[in-house]
Amino acid sequence: MKTFILLLCCFYYTANLANTIQVGKNEKISTIRSALELAKDHDTILIQSGHYAEGNLIIRKKITIKGINLPVIDGENKYEVISIKADSVVVDGLKVVNSGTSSLEDFAGIKLYNSRNVTIQNNVLIQTFFGIYSQYGRNCIIRNNTLTAFKKEEQQSGNGIHCWKSDSMQIVGNSITGHRDGIYFEFVTNSVIWRNQSQRNLRYGLHFMFSNSDTYVGNTFKHNGAGVSVMYSHHVKMFNNHFEENWGDAAYGILLKEISDSHIEGNYFIKNTSGIYMEGASRVTVIKNSFRNNGWALKIQASCMDNEVHKNNFLGNTFDVGTNGSLVLNNFNGNYWDKYEGYDLNKDNVGDVPYRPVSMYSMIVERNPPAMILFRSFMTTLLDKTEKVLPSLTPENLIDAKPLIKPMNL
Amino acid sequence: MKKIIKYVITDILRNKIILSYTIFLLAISFTIFSLEDNSSKGLLSLLNIVLIVVPLISIIFSTIYIYNSAEFIELLVSQPLQRKKIWLSLFTGLATSFTIAFLIGAGVPILLFEPTATGLMIIAVGVLLSVIFVAVAMFAAVKTRDKAKGIGITILIWLYFALVFDGIVLFLLFQFADYPLEKAMIGVSALNPIDLGRILILLKMDVSALMGYTGAIFKDFFGTTTGISISFVVLLLWIIVPLFFSTRKFIRKDL
Repeated sequence: MKTFILLLCCFYYTANLANTIQVGKNEKISTIRSALELAKDHDTILIQSGHYAEGNLIIRKKITIKGINLPVIDGENKYEVISIKADSVVVDGLKVVNSGTSSLEDFAGIKLYNSRNVTIQNNVLIQTFFGIYSQYGRNCIIRNNTLTAFKKEEQQSGNGIHCWKSDSMQIVGNSITGHRDGIYFEFVTNSVIWRNQSQRNLRYGLHFMFSNSDTYVGNTFKHNGAGVSVMYSHHVKMFNNHFEENWGDAAYGILLKEISDSHIEGNYFIKNTSGIYMEGASRVTVIKNSFRNNGWALKIQASCMDNEVHKNNFLGNTFDVGTNGSLVLNNFNGNYWDKYEGYDLNKDNVGDVPYRPVSMYSMIVERNPPAMILFRSFMTTLLDKTEKVLPSLTPENLIDAKPLIKPMNL
Repeated sequence: MKKIIKYVITDILRNKIILSYTIFLLAISFTIFSLEDNSSKGLLSLLNIVLIVVPLISIIFSTIYIYNSAEFIELLVSQPLQRKKIWLSLFTGLATSFTIAFLIGAGVPILLFEPTATGLMIIAVGVLLSVIFVAVAMFAAVKTRDKAKGIGITILIWLYFALVFDGIVLFLLFQFADYPLEKAMIGVSALNPIDLGRILILLKMDVSALMGYTGAIFKDFFGTTTGISISFVVLLLWIIVPLFFSTRKFIRKDL
């Protein structure tokens, strides 16, 4: 009984502490700004649907802001719309539109400054410069937001979800379109990017710089200007992502530059100009991925070492592997290559002759790109066949000694 | 004119060679599609057939046919018929029978197994190449009186378009590797109908690889509607120009 009363008291106390403030045209308080002034820590501000253009709203208290039926918070193309400068803030269900654009300041739809445990969820951001921006964020959740921008040029556009010097972030289930980079990470550690859709962004769908020990799972990166780029990081893990239709000479399913100790598993690379482009990557494991209908499934430069490429399916790619030198310090074993023409006498589902994934013509095209116009002509087929018998141009060590006879079920 | 065309077509279709050509195409296409585990790979093997075998058969068969029907042509010429009409009827007859043979032999299996944009492009290119090489063959046949020499020339023409031309282009590409050759290559490709056809198919088949920098230049030209229209016009020119010159030659020829 004692505890019950104590609990009751507790509830009463907290209930007394945490007020709910209604904001709306027909309510006592009609502006968000005055509600923010009135609110104390742990209060909830409920915003009725409507149009609110109140300049830059700065949140300095530990409060929850919840929109009902997506109230529109308008930055009038001049201001940063919502700035969060307190911990444990929740921003839920707002429609943030028209943030200012600046080449000096990084205006954002919703921006976190040195905050912890902030949750930003179920918001819709339209035509913001940066979408959601975290600066020194710790342990924050950015969940189920939809970000759309319509800018045409990279320099006029900001990133969708931009995290800088943050840690333990959770970016989950967001959908980002039309920004410069869909998701941008710089000096962000121990974070997870899960089930996001990043499509039709001007530059990268996902851009990683100096961000270690992050994981991204189940995202879709489609039709971005330059695909996905992961640079200067280590211990990055990528599982079950889709990289599709990233087209162009500088567009990659993933660009891995100076990446080490990372793990790429169960991803789908479909119809990219280059599925994976590795430069200076080391100790990266590429396993159980599916490469379909890419121009080059894998471009692995001679500057890469100790990478392991195993148990992947290579289907319908124009070129399986491209490289720029004869030095090979990587291992390719046990993959399925649909261009493999060997045999399997002992029926153990492993081909008895090794497969050379680098075709001569991919070396020729690497050196002399216009030669692409002769691709698939009788002449070049002949050259490829001769090269298979007597390798001279292609790197001798780049072989899959145990190619699979049947594709894996991936 | 209609009567002559009808006669030529029935004559050719009765011919065992064109029949076996159709069956050969049909057998190869069906085997390719049923052997390969994915049909887009089958399309790739068919591509080589279309680019190599179709021109070869149509150029050689047409030349031989023209030489063998020399007496028939002389007979026709003695009738009150325009020489131009006789020659064009012969061309129409040959072109129609090769088109029919290709459509049955390769078109039907492609439509059955792979009715995609790539498949349709292969059919279109195959038909055009058949007709182009009929026109080229007739030009070669009318130029030389000697049968053996004529057939030799047509084989050389085929060898040139199918193999030597690409070799020369590759050689030039490497000799002038320091220069921006992308745009020049587009012009060069118009000089060889087989290459032009191959590029049109490539644009559908390897579109991801072609989206690279140089590929993008090709894509920007050949991938647009104007580019495709221009390419098809060039392919049609490859029919019209040899036909025009061979007709002119035939009209003036002392048989």
